[in-house]
Amino acid sequence: MADDQRPFPPGTYPIVVVGSGPGGLQLSYYLNRLRINHAVLSADDSPGGMFLKWPLFQRLLSWTKPYAPDGPGSRRFERVDWNSLLAEDPELQSLQAKHMDGTSYFPSRAEMEANLTDFADKAGISVRYGCRWESTARVDDGSEDRFVLTTSDGDYRCRIVVFAVGVAEPWNPNIPGVEHAHHYADVGPPEGYAGRRVFVIGKRNSGFELASGMLPWARTITLASPSPPKISVVTKSLVGVRARYVQPFEDSDIGGGCAIVNAAIEEIAPSGEGLRVTFKQTADGQIMHVTADDVINATGFVTPLRDLPALGVATFGQNKLPAQTDWWESATVPGIYFAGTITQAVPGLGKYGIPPNSAAVLGLRYNAGILARHIAETEFGHVPATKAVSSDDLAAMLLDVADQSPALWHQRGYLAHSVVASPDSGFNDLGVCPLTAFLDGGGEDGVALTMEADGSGAIYPVVYVRKRGSASEHQLPPVGLAEYVTAEHSRALKSALDVLST
Amino acid sequence: MAGRDEIIATLAQFSLFADLSGPQLEAVVGQLDEAWFANGTRILRQGLTGSGLYFVLDGACGVEVDGEERARLSRGEFFGEVSVLLGSPPTADIIALAETRCMVLAAPGVEDFLTAIQG
Repeated sequence: MADDQRPFPPGTYPIVVVGSGPGGLQLSYYLNRLRINHAVLSADDSPGGMFLKWPLFQRLLSWTKPYAPDGPGSRRFERVDWNSLLAEDPELQSLQAKHMDGTSYFPSRAEMEANLTDFADKAGISVRYGCRWESTARVDDGSEDRFVLTTSDGDYRCRIVVFAVGVAEPWNPNIPGVEHAHHYADVGPPEGYAGRRVFVIGKRNSGFELASGMLPWARTITLASPSPPKISVVTKSLVGVRARYVQPFEDSDIGGGCAIVNAAIEEIAPSGEGLRVTFKQTADGQIMHVTADDVINATGFVTPLRDLPALGVATFGQNKLPAQTDWWESATVPGIYFAGTITQAVPGLGKYGIPPNSAAVLGLRYNAGILARHIAETEFGHVPATKAVSSDDLAAMLLDVADQSPALWHQRGYLAHSVVASPDSGFNDLGVCPLTAFLDGGGEDGVALTMEADGSGAIYPVVYVRKRGSASEHQLPPVGLAEYVTAEHSRALKSALDVLST
Repeated sequence: MAGRDEIIATLAQFSLFADLSGPQLEAVVGQLDEAWFANGTRILRQGLTGSGLYFVLDGACGVEVDGEERARLSRGEFFGEVSVLLGSPPTADIIALAETRCMVLAAPGVEDFLTAIQG
């Protein structure tokens, strides 16, 4: 098109980023900061990714507190603002609260979309919208380029490609008669279910979001899957059904019109009165039947990787997530990286069954900054930006990190602030990196600090000291209600650091 | 990628699950997460907290103590339960010796899980 004003026409770029959701926008912001030339392509018409459509009932699960312990732009604000993207520039920080109307501290979907649009505009993030990635091939012509992406607008050659395409393709279970059900993604407004009998397959957040939204409308609601659901206020983590959606539990326990059953679905079949769902109870194998007007698969989504598996990208799990290195590169195809919610595929240590928060904006936004830096250093020759720390200042510096860092707070037990011994004297502060990269990557003696939680409600710093190739672990006292570290932490930290000087 | 039905069929061959019915096996799978490890990846770390119960679906793992291989684990075997039940760090590194796929149960659920499946 002669009058096409969109950026990034087909051609050759060092990096191509696919996707304009939070992951793609955040990564592009940091690549721009590092002055790394890249093209961003998106099949959508505007920024926002999944938030252009979901959550289905138009209210997020992640909060932003407009009145935080400290003001917008501070690190203590970031701890309680789960939805703003990150920026060094003050005018780009903490944007979400500016777009909320005060009726809830969970932004509406529209408020989240406005937040992301505002960030993209203010940060000047260029995206070629309306450009759909269609297929991928390797380049093997002796040039630096490794891939060619065929899109609806033409071909893009690149050395590095980063897919930030979400986990957004509906997945339906292999159940006889599943064609009579519809997926969560196809559910309409809850009032459309007035007076109807609804059967929901799946007992995770999407299932309970449906049940919560339909409580005032549906005649009966049945939720079923083989395993009992977990609840976040019981696991004391983001594992399980979130507090927003627990009302169906009370309704079920006290005898309302909602039933929560542990059962394997055997069949869905039309009957004279609707859809007859046959299921076998987990506990005793008893066969039961429920007749419903609507059967909904709240069975999750898979990653829309198109032809990447054929290119050699290994995937795993029901979500078909790509297997990745600690630095979010495909474990099987070098040069293909991932950003955004797909980074949830990297589990970290997974202590106490608590995964990283990489599936949500509150966690993935930190991964993006680290990924940009990693690509700059490993692929484009940037010299790591380190800061010298004297031996005398090391404990105080780490204590400040434990006290302030929102990255460690939100990515507990996953991201760590690392410091390594300098060849001269003292230490070099390397900043935040994946903890497993520090533990398994080898290198100089050093220390990595995390914030961690064990599912009891306690949150505490942990120090990992790497000495002559092997690591030791030192848990510091939990932080109290005020979330500040204390002189007691300082003493424990200095004791842990003694290992380095032995 | 192993589908859910394939995972259920594979776990059904584990002696640990031999007495479970189909729905019980489905419930088991519902409690586990699938994990994939590249060759050379450390899955468990000697002396560091954080463990879980791992069932090897495909691939192979080495059991290393202080860098010395003591044993190998392959499809149909499991590891991690001892450190979870004792509440102590693993006494060995578990390292993937090939592309390895496991089903994983996080530590907090292991005791109840083992009690339940033993009926």
